[in-house]
Order: sequence, then structure tokens, then C-alpha cells
Amino acid sequence: MFTEAIEAILVDHCTPAAIRAIENGGSATALWGALAESGFLELMASEDAGGAGLDLDAVFPIFVAMGRHAVPVPAAQRIAARALLGDVAPPPGLLTLAGHAQRAADGSVSAAHVAFGAIADHVLANLDGQRVLLDAARAQRTTSGIRGSLGASLRWTADAVGAPVGDNGAQVAVFSAALHAAALAGAMERLFAMTLGYCNDRVQFGKAIGKFQSIQHQLSVMAEHVACAGVAAELAFKAGEKIPPLLAAATAKARTSASVPLVASTAHALHGAIGVTEEFDLQLYSRRLHEWRMADGSETYWNRIVGEALLGSATPSVLQFTMEEIL
Amino acid sequence: MSQLLEAFRLAQLPDAAEAFRAEVRDFLATNLAPAAPAVRARTWMGFDAAFSRRLAQRGWVGITLPAAYGGAGLDAFRRFVLVEEMLAAGAPVAAHWIADRQSGPLINKFGTEAQKDFYLPRICRGEAFFCIGMSEPNAGSDLASVRTRATRVDGGWRLTGRKIWTTNAQRSHYMIALVRTSGAPEDRHGGLSQLIVDLSLPGIQVRPIVDLTGDAHFSEVTFDDVFLQDDALIGDEGSGWMQVNAELAFERSGPERLYSSVVLLDTWMQSLRRTGFTPADAVLLGGFTTQLATLRSLSIAVTTKLARGESPVVEAALVKDIGTEFEQAIPAAIEAAVAADPARGAEVDADLHRTIAYLSQISPTFSLRGGTREILRGMIARGLGLR
Repeated sequence: MFTEAIEAILVDHCTPAAIRAIENGGSATALWGALAESGFLELMASEDAGGAGLDLDAVFPIFVAMGRHAVPVPAAQRIAARALLGDVAPPPGLLTLAGHAQRAADGSVSAAHVAFGAIADHVLANLDGQRVLLDAARAQRTTSGIRGSLGASLRWTADAVGAPVGDNGAQVAVFSAALHAAALAGAMERLFAMTLGYCNDRVQFGKAIGKFQSIQHQLSVMAEHVACAGVAAELAFKAGEKIPPLLAAATAKARTSASVPLVASTAHALHGAIGVTEEFDLQLYSRRLHEWRMADGSETYWNRIVGEALLGSATPSVLQFTMEEIL
Repeated sequence: MSQLLEAFRLAQLPDAAEAFRAEVRDFLATNLAPAAPAVRARTWMGFDAAFSRRLAQRGWVGITLPAAYGGAGLDAFRRFVLVEEMLAAGAPVAAHWIADRQSGPLINKFGTEAQKDFYLPRICRGEAFFCIGMSEPNAGSDLASVRTRATRVDGGWRLTGRKIWTTNAQRSHYMIALVRTSGAPEDRHGGLSQLIVDLSLPGIQVRPIVDLTGDAHFSEVTFDDVFLQDDALIGDEGSGWMQVNAELAFERSGPERLYSSVVLLDTWMQSLRRTGFTPADAVLLGGFTTQLATLRSLSIAVTTKLARGESPVVEAALVKDIGTEFEQAIPAAIEAAVAADPARGAEVDADLHRTIAYLSQISPTFSLRGGTREILRGMIARGLGLR
């Protein structure tokens, strides 16, 4: 029910033209306002706090939709912040998450490669295992310089860093990874649908290219990896939970990220040269796949966490560990 | 999104199936003799009639067959759990495997009452082992081009031809063979039928084929004017193509397509715990774990459709194709990891090396048995609406 309603808003306000405008430095106010006014940013707040009190499995399809529509504002991050902050109301404006902020010897704090760091008003950061709310207006921002990316690295001087608002800062990193896993699953769905449609429409040598066996096999393999990404992302969003469990989120982020190279390259290969043009919409999604694969750690990072947990456990079998700790 | 991908939503095994898991583990703990990992890695190639009969006495051969025929009458979820636990433990399941998974269900679905009464209780007692007669020399994956022919004669059939790559024919009692009963190979799907062949009949020669690991798990079977009774025909004459596809759906839909290398994965993990590990080892092991969690979830999604009485043929093909890729990736990657530093090999773990070698050598078959990669990808493409 919420998913259909939010899709309707995204179809109206998050058009490819609107995405391009925001990526090119335009204002995000209209899109953010539409999402905020609808109340969707409060889905995970308790009903006492004026929210919908949803748990993870209920918001999962919404997080996937954010990826499917390449939403160029930190809406998923803001929904997650509501769950991470508990009773503390997040400040107004665009709020994003930084899972791996670092404090230097001089007390300054830096956060590298923050999603939406270029346009966020506030950052909820994991700093030394604690949750800290940081005012992005007071940060020195270094944008990535990657065309169209809204990511940036931020640095605050010591006097701009306030007191922690809670412990369990590690949850910020875990939730941020999980929501990027869901976004990856959504963007891959979109890329797959675009590619399948293109192969049915595009005629070469007298027939649709989707009639050629080599194209069919590439699409079949792409479908396998999209299916893996979809079900893996869902693993992080457990029913009855508000915060994704570490190893389930690790699995979700690792497996969705691992699908990226094949899914993105197959989509582009089958689209040919048109796929890498600015005016064709494929790039809106394929650029994000690569950015989100790296966001909060690639599969290399998260697989290592799972591998070390497994090696550090006493379980006699990988299957048993998988059943007891991940699924 | 395509309808095919929508089928893969996260689903859980029901509590009853999880409760059954404890029973299975208890059974395996007392009935499965300890064996070296290279032996356990053979699991669904491992032929041990005594183990299969113990399993049958416990009531778990013919897992999904009706109780009226001696079957366990269990649902698809419990079958999933039983299969998963046996393969993870490396139990030798080959003796009863094919009868349990496909021949029994095929007879139950298409057989006459007399055929069910005759074969199914024997299967469930672990007394009738089956093999699959699909492939032929020069036909391979192209089942529509089979040439083995059964000709109608007074009171039955005369069978002449040859089957190959038939798993465990040399140790089986029966074969369900796909043969031509009318027309010519040019007719493709038309004129094909399935016959139950008693492998002890005169005119049948079974020649085991030794594989590169030294095992002889498959064989070549020659039929020289073999007389079969009327009741050898299973299902309808000319319906062989439809029936064989239904049978292949049984073959592809289970969790067995994920676990062929899991004994090696566990053996390597235990070796890393003993000898220490590099970050690259942890990344690799973690990667297989996250992939296993994902593929198992896909497989449970397929099982959920089966349990609802649907026939998830294309979904099963998708899971099998990427599942065998996983099974094949494990020995390839562990081979590289174990030999990443030649200076570290001082204490040779012979068990680990033998398990790696066995799986590296036999893993090319993982993507052949039950339909090659190319066949499956064609099926997926059809499911995506491309053909």
C-alpha cells in the first residue's frame, strides 16, 4: 500500500529530467518536499512520534523503489535515520548517513565518500562506535568530481562536532549498507527491464536482437544475477526488526555488489553505443550501480566480515552457520 | 520487472520442516559412518546400498510418494531439508537417489495402478534402484533426436539401441528409457515414449565407463532385441517428450544443485581454523557463504512454488544454472587459495588436497547432469518471453 503510493510520487516528481536537473546542481527542494509532505520519511518512526511504526520487511519494497527510480535525494537514508535515532527527532532538511567517520588527533572529524554528501544538510555518522549528528553546512565538502555524482567527502573541525546522540554507531554503517543493497536490487530490476525491452524492440539483421541465441543467453545470465541481488537484499530486512542484523546486512550488501559488474556490463553491451550516451536513461541507473557497489564497502569488505565471523565461530559447517546467523 | 524474477521473493521453510531437520540430523549421526572428506565429497555419486536401505527402513526413501505405496508422503519442504542435510553431511545417496527424486514420482504421476503397486513399494523399501535412460551416443542434450527404438510385437515390445552416460546403470535394477516407438528422428518430439526396462533381461549389456577420478559412476547400455512385456510402457505411447520434461523438472528443482562442493568448503574452513588464514582467505570463504545464503533462498522460493502444487520449471532452470556455477567455482577458487603460497605447504593436508582434486576433476559434470548450461539458458530465455 505504501509502496504504490510512494511509486506514484516518484513517477510524478522523480522523472529522468528531474534526476538530471538535481545531478547538475539544481534544487532538490521540490522532490524532497513532496516526499516529506507525504509523511513517507516518517514510516519507521513510532506511531507515538507521528510515524507509521513500520519494521524492516514493510519498508523493504520502498527502499527497492528508491533504487528503481534512481532517487537523487537521501530519502532512504532519512527513513533509516528515524529508526536509528529512536526517540530523537531528526533535524529538518536533507539528512544522510555516514557509516565510517574518523576522528583525527586534532579532534577534527572526516567522513569519506558520503552518499549525497554534496547536497545533504545533516549527516548522521558512526564515530568511534557512537552516533553523532553533524551539520553539513559547517563541513568542508570535497565533491568526488565524478560527473553526476552527489557524493562527497566531508570534514568538520573539532568545534563543529557535538556530543553523541547515542551509542551503537555501528548500526549506522550496517543500515546504510543494507539500504544500498536494496537500492542496488531496485536499480538492477530497472536495468534488466530496460535491457529486455530493448532486445525485444531493436531489430538487426532482419529480426529483434532478442531472437539471437547469444543475446538470449546473456539475458538469462543477467536475470540470474538480478534474481540473486533481489533475494539477497531482502535478507537484510527482517520482519519484526528495525535495524538490519550485521551478518544478514553483510550478505545483502556483498551479494548485491557482486552482481554489479555483470549486470551493468551486460546491460551496456546489449544496448550498444546508445547506452553510454547522456541522453539515454540507462546511464542514470548503471552509474549508480557502480557508485552503490562501493558505498559502505564493496563485496570484498562485507565478505571478509562474514568470513571472519565464520572462522571465529565453532560451527562445523558453512551451511549451519548460514542458517543460524544469516537467514 | 519480468514475471520470472518476481517469483524469487524471500520465503522461509515452515517450522514443521525445521523440526524435521533435527530428526534427520539424529538419523545421520547414528547411521552415517565417518568417512574421509574426499569420500563424503562424492555424496550424490556415492553408492552405498546398505545406507540407502537403512534410510528406507527409517521411511525416508520415496520421500514424497504416498503412504499407500510405502512412501513417506512428505511435502516439498521436508524433502528440501532431508536432501540438504544428507548432502551437507556427504551421505552416499546415489543408490536410491534417482528413484526417490524422479523415477518414483514419474511412476506415481503417469503409471498405471498395477505399475504403482509393483514399483513404488520396492522403491520405498530400498529394493529397486533406478537409472535414467535419456542420453544417447551422438544425441547428448538433443533428446528429441534419440534413435533407440521399441517396436510393437505380440504381447510387448522389442527394444534395440544404445544409451550412454547413464548414471549407475551397472548397479541399478531398472531404467526408465526414452525411446522412439514410432516415426523417425526427424519427427523430433513426436513418437517418443518412456519404457521401464528391467536391466536383468537377456539382450542387455551394461559397460561401466571409468571417469578421470578413477570412479565408474556412469555407463553405456546396449539393448539388442530385448523383449519387454506390454506393461513396460509408462504413461502414454507418444507422450515421452512431455513426460521426460516433467521428469527433468523433478530433477532440477531440488536443493541438490547447490551442495556438490559443500564438503570441500567445510573441509577448507576447518583447515583454515587450524593453520591460520589471510584476509584474502576470509574474503573468499565469506563470499561463498553469502552466495550460499543467497542461492539457498532462491531454492527455497522454488520449493515454495512446488509445495503450492505449481510447476516452477523455468525458475528451477535458473537456480540450477547459477547453482552449478557456484558448485564449480568452489574447487577452482580453493585450488588457487590453498596453493597461493608454496612456502606454506609444509604440513600437507592430504585429505584437503584429495577433496580439491576430486571436485576439480569431476566438477565439469555439474553443469551437464540434468541439462547443460546452454539448454537451461534457452529455457530461461523462453521464460523471459524471448523465444
